[in-house]
Amino acid sequence: MTWNAETIFADLKREILALVSPDNQPVVSVLLSIAPLLAVFPTLFALTTILERKGLGRIQNRYGPNRVGPFGLLQPVADGLKTLFKETVQPRAADRVVFFLAPVFLVLPALLAFSVIPYGKYMVPLEMDAALLFFFAVGAGTELAVFMAGWASRNKYSLLGAMRAVAQMISYEIPLILCTVPVIMLSGTLSPVEIVENQNRYTAAIAHWNVFTPWGAAGFILFLIAAAAEANRSPFDLPEGESEIIAGYYIEYSGFKFALFFLGEYLGLFAMCGLGITLFLGGWTAPFDFLTFIPSYVWFFLKLLALISLFIWVRGTMPRVRMDQLMNFAWKFMLPMAVINIVAAAAWKFTPILGFKWAVSGVIILAGYISLAQGLTRKAHFSKRTYRFAT
Amino acid sequence: MLGKGLLKGLRETARNFVGSYSDPERLTTVQYPEERLALKENTRNFPFLVFDGNDSTKGLRCVACKICEKECPPQCIYIVLERDEKGKPQKHPRVFDIDISVCMSCQICVEVCPFDAIKMDQVYELSRSDRFDGLLMRKPDLAKSNDYYHTIHPTEASEVDGRLAAEKAKAEAAKAKLAPPAAAPAPKSPDPAATAAKAAAPNTPAPSTNAPPQPAPATATAVIPPPAANISPSPERKADL
Repeated sequence: MTWNAETIFADLKREILALVSPDNQPVVSVLLSIAPLLAVFPTLFALTTILERKGLGRIQNRYGPNRVGPFGLLQPVADGLKTLFKETVQPRAADRVVFFLAPVFLVLPALLAFSVIPYGKYMVPLEMDAALLFFFAVGAGTELAVFMAGWASRNKYSLLGAMRAVAQMISYEIPLILCTVPVIMLSGTLSPVEIVENQNRYTAAIAHWNVFTPWGAAGFILFLIAAAAEANRSPFDLPEGESEIIAGYYIEYSGFKFALFFLGEYLGLFAMCGLGITLFLGGWTAPFDFLTFIPSYVWFFLKLLALISLFIWVRGTMPRVRMDQLMNFAWKFMLPMAVINIVAAAAWKFTPILGFKWAVSGVIILAGYISLAQGLTRKAHFSKRTYRFAT
Repeated sequence: MLGKGLLKGLRETARNFVGSYSDPERLTTVQYPEERLALKENTRNFPFLVFDGNDSTKGLRCVACKICEKECPPQCIYIVLERDEKGKPQKHPRVFDIDISVCMSCQICVEVCPFDAIKMDQVYELSRSDRFDGLLMRKPDLAKSNDYYHTIHPTEASEVDGRLAAEKAKAEAAKAKLAPPAAAPAPKSPDPAATAAKAAAPNTPAPSTNAPPQPAPATATAVIPPPAANISPSPERKADL
């Protein structure tokens, strides 16, 4: 048989499966799907830590880590070894079982979420009709893990951080899910594979990505904001605000458990980015039809790296928001904007001509954006306080 | 408009990001072990012992008067006076230790020293793998030449040299005047160093009776300033004390 760059991984899996007896094939097939996920994403996590530290350094006119290996590229190895050898300290008053389970429960949902994302044309670990529902259902498990960690540590700061995290994650989960609704509406399916297939069309060499429509662009931005809040990324990193509550819910964690928290957080971010790519950025499709010769999984990981870089860039730019700003933004802007976006998507669906579609949909979104932004940025007016009895 | 500030901020950080690669002037980091900032001349920490000439034991200015040992607030100095085989005190220390784990670089030893023998250094890479003996600086570690003093604190060192030369010239003149009558009683006089230490402790100018022994001691090398000249501090040093 011939090896094709596009299908190399699918072919490889088929070849290996052919070597196994038919009875064992389902188990081996599952393992063959899981193993790359477990290898690729923690590696990507290591890569992201060095990328993030370097990038943030450059944003602040510093070098960033440059001591371990050439250009400091082996820094993640040094970090990993350090955390592995560190002592795992457990508070005496901690709830032992829950304390132990919390980091595991944080990494698990992130890994489960990876199973439904299409990484390439023939590369979906788990094909499911309602995979989007599965993704969000599993993703909600993160909140449980965070609260377990905060509660089990028996530490006020941990509990404060966990409370903040749960409040923030639940508030932002609603706009997160609502801003994916237009995509589901217009592609008429909950399966990421079909959503990507729908975007795999080209008009005048340009792909039909959802982000190239008014509702898609708005939805993508809303999705990015909500994803940052879901993954506790700056500027929404209140649950772990270093300057206020030290490290939030994982104060009491050290050594490898701390590394697991770190890993879980980044894996959650990657999963969110993967979903964003699938829904809005055309998944594994190329942006122009003359670039389709590049294998699909390369496109997926290029987009993933681009989104991660965007999150790093935003982290280097934005200060942490206040709790009231966070909640105001979620309930007074994100949620209504997501609902308006659904209306805009419906208008897009039911208006006939392309120019007309753009006009109606764009006007709805712009009007919503301007009015909501005014409501959000309106200055509070304070009048001089008058007293009736005191002088 | 909502979001304008974010875009502005993103533009600024992008400019920093690109700029730090294209324009190395932006990077403020000094990569320490390879690059170092030049120290300011007035940088001072940890005392050292000054010696004149080339011999770090004979040229030592210290006369083991123990004033610094007594004045040291954290008591990190330990001095033992050198004695010859007959038990006669010599005018230099046998042991001079400074425990740099205790020293707080307060410079009081420098201020009280009437002999300009102890001065502040500019060393800062003093980490050791052994926290006991490694951090105890002994006499050979502490003794550093006057040339080194000139390289680290040129202004101060020339001022000290000028003062010492002037005092020496004054003592020479006094010696020339007093030499003929003082020749006889000199050997019988009490140990000059002990007298000097006793006289220096209450910080009073030496009585003129101390002057006669000066020319006598053969052990004292020429570079050690005559105690009589040193015990009477110069006006500005008196103000310091």
